[in-house]
Amino acid sequence: MTGRHVAVVGAGPAGLAAAETALSAGARVTLIDSADQPGGQYHRMLPEAYRAVRPERPQHGWRDFDRRRRRVLAHPRCAWWPETSVWALERPDPEEPGVPRVHLLRGPADGGGRRRLTLAPDALVLAVGAHDRVLPFPGWELPGVFAAGAAQALAKGERVVVGDRVVIAGSGPFLLPVAASLLEAGSRVLEVLEAGTAATVARGWSRRPWQLAAHAAKSGELAEYAALLIRHRVPYRVGRTVVEARGDGRIEEVVTARLRPDWSVVPGSERTSPVDALCVAHGFSPRLELPVAAGCALRRTPGGEFVAVDYDQRTSCPGVYAAGEITGIAGAPAARAEGALAGWFAGGGDSAAPALRPLRRGRDRGRAFAERLAEAHPMGEAWPQWLRPETIICRCEEADYASVCRAVGNEASAGARVAKLETRAGLGPCQARVCGPTVAELGARLTGRPAQRHAEGAPTAGPHRRPIAQPIRLGELAEPEPSPEDPTAGPHPL
Amino acid sequence: MSPRRVHAESDAVGRRDRPLRITVDGEPVDGIAGQTIAGVLLAADRLAWRRQRSGAPRGVFCGIGVCFECLVTVGDERDVRACQRRARDGDAVTTQTREPRTGHAPKPSPRRNSDASAGEGK
Ligand SMILES: Cc1cc2nc3c(=O)[nH]c(=O)nc-3n(C[C@H](O)[C@H](O)[C@H](O)COP(=O)(O)OP(=O)(O)OC[C@H]3O[C@@H](n4cnc5c(N)ncnc54)[C@H](O)[C@@H]3O)c2cc1C
Ligand code: FES
Repeated sequence: MTGRHVAVVGAGPAGLAAAETALSAGARVTLIDSADQPGGQYHRMLPEAYRAVRPERPQHGWRDFDRRRRRVLAHPRCAWWPETSVWALERPDPEEPGVPRVHLLRGPADGGGRRRLTLAPDALVLAVGAHDRVLPFPGWELPGVFAAGAAQALAKGERVVVGDRVVIAGSGPFLLPVAASLLEAGSRVLEVLEAGTAATVARGWSRRPWQLAAHAAKSGELAEYAALLIRHRVPYRVGRTVVEARGDGRIEEVVTARLRPDWSVVPGSERTSPVDALCVAHGFSPRLELPVAAGCALRRTPGGEFVAVDYDQRTSCPGVYAAGEITGIAGAPAARAEGALAGWFAGGGDSAAPALRPLRRGRDRGRAFAERLAEAHPMGEAWPQWLRPETIICRCEEADYASVCRAVGNEASAGARVAKLETRAGLGPCQARVCGPTVAELGARLTGRPAQRHAEGAPTAGPHRRPIAQPIRLGELAEPEPSPEDPTAGPHPL
Repeated sequence: MSPRRVHAESDAVGRRDRPLRITVDGEPVDGIAGQTIAGVLLAADRLAWRRQRSGAPRGVFCGIGVCFECLVTVGDERDVRACQRRARDGDAVTTQTREPRTGHAPKPSPRRNSDASAGEGK
């Protein structure tokens, strides 16, 4: 036993693997997730109350996941804290880098009676994942337009399908599992539209075929999805997307159009089709608020900003490790490999352990896969051409494209932060989680200056800076600060 | 057609549902144990339940707790993300609006809680 205490935030593929290896390294582990079950996005489980006889049916890789989950949660040195949200990370001294204290709220989501807890771990693994990135287009605020992940979460996690005339549009291979989840649940998918053109997608996927072969598990899974689309006669069209959603109070039809490689619309290619739901995702946004609060440096990639990690998944902040989708979008196997490495080192594991070799290989393959994804599915430069002056950019504050243009066109308000104050874009309840990257990008284009970024290790008022990572009620905040918990005391009663 | 729950009899996962009932602005809505409030509302053919400042209707968008568009009041707890909160039998859900109080004619849905904007919007 190393006697170290490791807090792992997020029980998706990355966090669960981290908990497992930290335990094998001999550490005590507190595994935290705001959901009431482990699994994250990839292994989203059915609620216990469904008492499903075949819960594995909508899942991939269920057997391994199920075994790992049981092993980890039942481990005597593991405290599993479901329905627990990290709402803040507090650095010991703003000048001194160190492992932050973890502030938690335990209880049903956004509930008034949640219990406030604090942990002071020896090491912290952040594995909080990502959410869909959706680009704005006219009508995207209509009810019945869903982020693709929502449709998948509802189908996989509660057996609710969003509609029976569904179009799935956006970019990236993750559109396929979304379609698969809907089809598996008996919904009708009219078409899957990949905005990238055939040439771009093919170039990205076949430039280094050996990388793809090395990532056989993932490409096998994608091939399975493709076969499912064929079986259900769902067309997969490349170089086409939804440029407008229309309807009276809810979505009734979509306008799709052919795109050039830069995602500008080919004039005259527009087509209107009736739908009852639209699922969109143009990529992923990693959840960066906790890493930024901890003081972790970010790295900029063509696919956006991610947490920078070294060969051993260490962030720039001592004692803080990062794994999974927050370090790059590479799918569940890569997230698992990263998590396993992060947990091992966070738990004080030996860096010469032979088991690390295959993990590192898996992780490196995952990274190559991520790079390849980014190359095969770059966001086209010309997407703002879909926008009209009245198109909503910030869904919370209903700030439209014209007002964002006005705000950033003004010399004095060139920074994303000022655009916020003038238009209220990004000041709504979601705290810019949805529109932040879009406003930053539009601002950069309109002013010809690069989007704001974080200085290495010293985050500025960037789009991910949120002092409160999860909503907390004033009453909860007013409670006296709890003293750090001893996780060996086991799971806490609510 | 609209959102719906997969029929238990034809669901490949083999569910053994237990019904539950919540109220939404006083009206009873049926769901099954384990569903989120958003899931119950969607499966009962309610696609939108919250109003924006302009009065535009909103419901689920991200489905994973990020966008805050699905907020409802549960009992006396305001601003609860319906997509994250599991429904409990008997939950009294009230819809919310950010629309400024207009003072004139009642809105189409009279039970809508019209002073909700205070707690939202930071
Ligand atoms: C909606 C959605 C659907 C996806 N579907 C697929 C798919 O079908 N196939 C596929 O290959 N990939 C899919 N992906 C990509 C997927 O994210 C990865 O393959 C994989 O799940 C990443 O694992 P992870 O552990 O990094 O993150 P996740 O699986 O996202 O896990 C992160 C966990 O952290 C928890 N968390 C976040 N913030 C906090 C906090 N503040 N406090 C406490 N807990 C917190 C979350 O509840 C979550 O359980 C999907 C992604 C999303 C967003
Ligand atoms: S739908 Fe986005 S928070 Fe509930």
